[in-house]
Amino acid sequence: MSGENGYIAVVNHTAANIHSVDKALRRVGADARVTADADELMGASGIVLPGVGASDAAMRALLRLDLVDPIKKFAATGKPVLGVCLGMQVLFDSSEEGELPGLGLIPGIVREMQPNVDGISRKIPHMGWNAVQFIRTREEVPQIFAETPQDAHFYFVHSYECIPASEDDVIAVTEYGSTICAVVARDNVIGTQFHPEKSQDRGLDIYRKFVDFSLSPSSTAMV
Amino acid sequence: MLTRRIIPCLDIDQGRVVKGTSFLNLRDAGDPAELAERYNREGADELVFLDITASSDARETMVDVVRRVSSQVFIPLTVGGGIRSVEDVRRMLEAGADKVSVNSAAVARPELIAEASAEFGAQCIVLAIDAKREPNAGFVALDGEDAVPAESGWRVYTHGGRHPTALDAVKWAKLGTEMGAGEILLTSMDEDGQKDGYDLALTRAISRAVNVPVIASGGAGNLDHLRDALAEGEADAVLAASIFHYGEYSIEEAKAYLAEHDVPVRPFEPQSEATN
Repeated sequence: MSGENGYIAVVNHTAANIHSVDKALRRVGADARVTADADELMGASGIVLPGVGASDAAMRALLRLDLVDPIKKFAATGKPVLGVCLGMQVLFDSSEEGELPGLGLIPGIVREMQPNVDGISRKIPHMGWNAVQFIRTREEVPQIFAETPQDAHFYFVHSYECIPASEDDVIAVTEYGSTICAVVARDNVIGTQFHPEKSQDRGLDIYRKFVDFSLSPSSTAMV
Repeated sequence: MLTRRIIPCLDIDQGRVVKGTSFLNLRDAGDPAELAERYNREGADELVFLDITASSDARETMVDVVRRVSSQVFIPLTVGGGIRSVEDVRRMLEAGADKVSVNSAAVARPELIAEASAEFGAQCIVLAIDAKREPNAGFVALDGEDAVPAESGWRVYTHGGRHPTALDAVKWAKLGTEMGAGEILLTSMDEDGQKDGYDLALTRAISRAVNVPVIASGGAGNLDHLRDALAEGEADAVLAASIFHYGEYSIEEAKAYLAEHDVPVRPFEPQSEATN
């Protein structure tokens, strides 16, 4: 997992959790490069799209940095893309609240979570450790979750939720007053609503597998 | 199901962990990175670092502490103390903090909450409130408005509990979340350091008044107190310092106790050691 074999690009579009993602990737031995340079992105073995906050702000930053097309082109090569939290949300077509379209790599929308669901109130943001349930057979779950057991706890903090157009793209869910999409995947594009970089060893396992997979020769066959 | 969080708090003075009683009498409790690593292994759900260093020239020390800890410990870190501007927030986030808490500066200029929230998102802005029980204290509104009678019975203090303000704690919590705070860190000044339990009435009043998570702080002396704050106090998380620092209880023990008493917590799992 050294630089000779390839590197992981961490898309540098906002101030927030970029550094945590970078530190987690380094911890698992990756050559991680925090970058907003299109050429450096295109040369990576895999890219991680981090983010916290609102999707419009992230999309505005990606547009300003001229990174929208490079990310789409990278995804089209079949190499792995991992979106984390807000980075997962911008993978979708659009955000109900925002004005800007998303990257459109996964069909569906992003919606603001409501404080009331069927008369039961819940606090927003959804903040803290929640159990994640895979709703696919092991064969259908992307390899980067190969070491993740059913009902493992991960750290969430978000006020919007992803609504994939196709149920087939939902890999795992979590329960918070309603059922929330926790992991989405379509071919080589994967998103986690939770923060693996804040989820201790369970989260680092996911990054380790993502790095291994990105650097393996067969990385264009994700599942 | 979302679990309730257990959050050790590390008060930092010039780069060392200290813990006082009712905001006074500091005792040395060790190196922040070592203590953070121990809590990480024991299964802490988050960590809070509060910089209580009086002089501003020691602020860089805190940035360095945050940078070191965030490279080794992969759980959320909240950093507070002496945060006065959006730039201060940015500096801590870039050092590796996930959330930043504001207190005195937000009371002096509530727009700070809105500005920081717009810049970084509500989820990383924590409003820290130090509240003291003062029934019938005759609250006076700021900016020369008409006198307002005490409503909740808790007054907001700033500057580490030294300065009384004209703010009612419940009203301030509501206003702060309306302005964009994504979480409340609520400390009872009456209970802090007393080890007699959290102020349950205060915690419940704030938790019911706002729609963001509330961290109860001040007063933990045993594991029952944690349970009470989460169950009866309706807190989303509990913060404690001395019961963990001096080894009276481990986080693992606290979690086992809470689980036995029907409080949902993240189960303990052994973690690998930090390598650097």
